Amino acid sequence: MNKATNRYLKLVLIASAVSMLSASAYAHRTWLLPSATVLSGKEQWVTVDAAVSNDLFYFEHNPLQLDNLSVVAPDGSSVAAENMAKGKYRNTFDVKIGQPGTYKIMVLNQGVFASYKLDGQAKRWRGKPEQIKTDIPANATDVKISEIQGRIETFVTSGKPSDGVLKPTGVGLEMVPVTHPNNLIAGEKATFRLLLDGQPAVGQSIEIVPGGIRYRDKLNDMKATTDESGTFSVTWPGPGMYWMNSSIQDNKSKIENAARRASYTTTLEVLAP
Amino acid sequence: MRLLISTALTTLVAGSAVAGEAAVGIDIPRLTVVEYHKPYVAFWLENTDGQIVNLAVWYDAKLKDNEGTKWLKDMRQWWRRTGRELTMPADGLSSPTRAPGTHQIVFDSKVTPLKDLAPGSYQLVIEAAREVGGRELLRVPFEWPPKAPVNLDVKGESEIGAVTLKLTP
Repeated sequence: MNKATNRYLKLVLIASAVSMLSASAYAHRTWLLPSATVLSGKEQWVTVDAAVSNDLFYFEHNPLQLDNLSVVAPDGSSVAAENMAKGKYRNTFDVKIGQPGTYKIMVLNQGVFASYKLDGQAKRWRGKPEQIKTDIPANATDVKISEIQGRIETFVTSGKPSDGVLKPTGVGLEMVPVTHPNNLIAGEKATFRLLLDGQPAVGQSIEIVPGGIRYRDKLNDMKATTDESGTFSVTWPGPGMYWMNSSIQDNKSKIENAARRASYTTTLEVLAP
Repeated sequence: MRLLISTALTTLVAGSAVAGEAAVGIDIPRLTVVEYHKPYVAFWLENTDGQIVNLAVWYDAKLKDNEGTKWLKDMRQWWRRTGRELTMPADGLSSPTRAPGTHQIVFDSKVTPLKDLAPGSYQLVIEAAREVGGRELLRVPFEWPPKAPVNLDVKGESEIGAVTLKLTP
């Protein structure tokens, strides 16, 4: 990939990351979409699509970069994604589901972004925390630094569900399921908890969107808000794939003078009763 | 395997049914489709607390490497409620899929599982899933133990035909 394309992609990433976390009407949605979330039998496989798009779950904008992809097996071990393919609108990979229990498939994006003005020109920068002092010129004005923590994940269970992979890491915005994410049934209520840096995220707003907008008029999105324990519930109106997202902006970055934007996104499959 | 051989034989003994048994009759419909596969069928009992007693599971047990287990999850309610905790094949529980026609499974009330079945209200639940086809679930409510002979029937619409439950005290 040449330098120009590389820079373009970086800008697209920055634009996507920043716009995704704002309340802008042009925000894109990022998602992982597994071919199945409930499996039976030994040695099954799932194939997963990774995309950034407007409408769910359609491939119409950009692939989701998989540099920070990781897969955790029920026993806590790391699983390598296989057969990775990069496309115009999606990236795809396969995961061997060799153990009974629940797998977590996730993309963890951490980055530092900055915007500033130099000689009247608006500039954008992206890099590592230690590069801020060297990369951003001393005479830059209106310097705004943001640390971005984005977690995008999904869950796959073979046989009996397990909960080892459901334990939080204590970093950024995370969801701890109270209802197992592969036990979701249309018409039933599911309960989840949001944590921010390991503590309950109180009063946090969550957006839930069912897939399939292409074939209907109403988005049918749902909103929930966490209570004092960071808990929220949702009753699924019907079976299908659902996109669930929450984000927060505060100044709890470990980087000096930086705002912190943390987001959590998951794709959940709700089955028919 | 407590399997009665044919419908004709059942009719013959209907007037003098064996004491203390539950007989489940199920009609697997003959479907005119391009690609027909015998359905996976699970039979179980549920009490009012949602506790489950497995009765029988018909799946493609003959495939090598137990490959037939791949589609057990298509009996989705059975899978979620109990199936995913079991290991297939399960002795005395699982057996191969059946062809279109009427089949009987008979349970002696002096033998597990009926022997240990607590008195109360139950549902016989039957869930069928067919490869490249659909899925259907039927429920037959009944009281246990029966004080008098009981004949119950329900009829499915697509993947299951007529289902009968005959209880004799």
